[in-house]
Amino acid sequence: MIRLLSTLLIGVSSGAIYSLMALALVLVWRSTRVVNFAQAGQAILSTYIGYEVLTHVNNFWIALLVATIAGACVGALVDVLLIRRLARVSGASANVRPVIATLGLLGLISSGVGLIWGNDLKRIATPVGTHGYTFGHTTIPFSPFNLLIVATAALVMAIFALIFQRTNLGLALRASAFAPETARLAGVRVDRTRTIGWAFAGAAGAVAGLMITPQSALAPNSMDLLLVLGFVAAVIGGLDSLIGAGIGGLILGIGLALILEYVSTSLAFPAAFIVLIIVLLIRPQGLLGKLRGRDA
Amino acid sequence: MSGLVVKELNVSHGAVEAIRGLSFTVAPGSLTAIIGANGAGKTTLLRALSGLKKAQSGSAFWNELSLLGAKPEGLVRAGVVHVADGKSVIPEFTVEENLDLGGLWRSDKKDVVLAKTEILQLFPALATRLKQHAATLSGGERQMVAIGRALMSRPKLLLLDEPSLGLAPKVIASIFDSLNELRKEFGLTIVLVEQNAVSALRVADNGVVINLGELVTAGPASQILSDPALRAAYLGV
Repeated sequence: MIRLLSTLLIGVSSGAIYSLMALALVLVWRSTRVVNFAQAGQAILSTYIGYEVLTHVNNFWIALLVATIAGACVGALVDVLLIRRLARVSGASANVRPVIATLGLLGLISSGVGLIWGNDLKRIATPVGTHGYTFGHTTIPFSPFNLLIVATAALVMAIFALIFQRTNLGLALRASAFAPETARLAGVRVDRTRTIGWAFAGAAGAVAGLMITPQSALAPNSMDLLLVLGFVAAVIGGLDSLIGAGIGGLILGIGLALILEYVSTSLAFPAAFIVLIIVLLIRPQGLLGKLRGRDA
Repeated sequence: MSGLVVKELNVSHGAVEAIRGLSFTVAPGSLTAIIGANGAGKTTLLRALSGLKKAQSGSAFWNELSLLGAKPEGLVRAGVVHVADGKSVIPEFTVEENLDLGGLWRSDKKDVVLAKTEILQLFPALATRLKQHAATLSGGERQMVAIGRALMSRPKLLLLDEPSLGLAPKVIASIFDSLNELRKEFGLTIVLVEQNAVSALRVADNGVVINLGELVTAGPASQILSDPALRAAYLGV
């Protein structure tokens, strides 16, 4: 019983990070209809910036704050300097070009980061303990740091939910995503609003990047797996739904944790991709998505 | 020259010339119906006037403001608001969110609240449905939401695309009545694009008849309505 419970908790903790990455991908997808491969690169860059801050001030919270702001700025810049320009190009491959560009940007950031910080593994210390909680004589793998991850992700999700559902900015963001032409005719500056969406995505990705790093290590391509798992979570949730991203991440995290614990460590990641393909085949709209196009 | 002045306007869809050398004027405070068969270029004309579509040549001025080449979100700030057909209501949003969207850009939040109150007085059917998703509304109610959203920005010139589309005659009559009321109460200038020519001309001061992107005639609505040749060719009666 404790084993199952602790597996579930670990699943929630890693799922929370996948949720944040999925959230970043969904925010961009629904505002701009771009699959943003560069999200991994953006998260790498912001995490290195967080790492740099840590080496100077040695305070995780300040590093997290700086990394999040940096992530938001990088996200906004990617939209303004790259995506917005590519969106103006029309033609047969107009929809593909921004996506390919994000792939190029991912490569560029990864190699650029390698040039600046080197390709060796960097470590980031946790602000709270990583030793699992103990119940009676049993110590479970779930640690205060895991709890911190879950709390941080929940906080980020709650802030986004509040912004999107309760504020004028959220209304503009949703309108720009679902009905850009109607939004423009209502006076919303859709381009600027989209850039804010990219900034939010960058911030969410930055939190994911900095929170996942203490448990592994930082290297120029250490977010690649996180990107892929973020995609799987986003697809499970339906790509268009912020709540879906949250739930998709949790389902994926818990599923992977169960397989790792009860089946086999070598099966967990293949299982993630099998889930991805099955979802795409039998429920392409995801668990919460609608089949109908939303980009009318 | 005040009001809306369109001169020698040309708009193309690729190789197809949708609007060809079109000129007409709309006096301030008047209601003008632009009528013509499906494919006459009516919607293209509105899209060019509201900045959604690029014009090839010609000019279009609202008072001193050049409409061609401007962005829709900029024109909204200058009082020129285009209400696209009924589908422009966002179905996933509540009625209130759809209305609020029209006032987001404005800094005078007090007047935004006042505008909303006035809109709900004009369309009482919406007042009880504010928290309802727009997807659950009838066609007529959606049209009220679309017009209401435009009014949230306190427009001076309202460009309306086929507000009668898919509506029952009784609903059409009540929408047109409210347009008339708007014009009188707020001094709005209204350009109404309609396939439903007779109903539109009955409520309008002036009519502009276009066919295949070219002007057929322009004049007082009553005159167009009573011209037997025009009635047979363009009004479908």
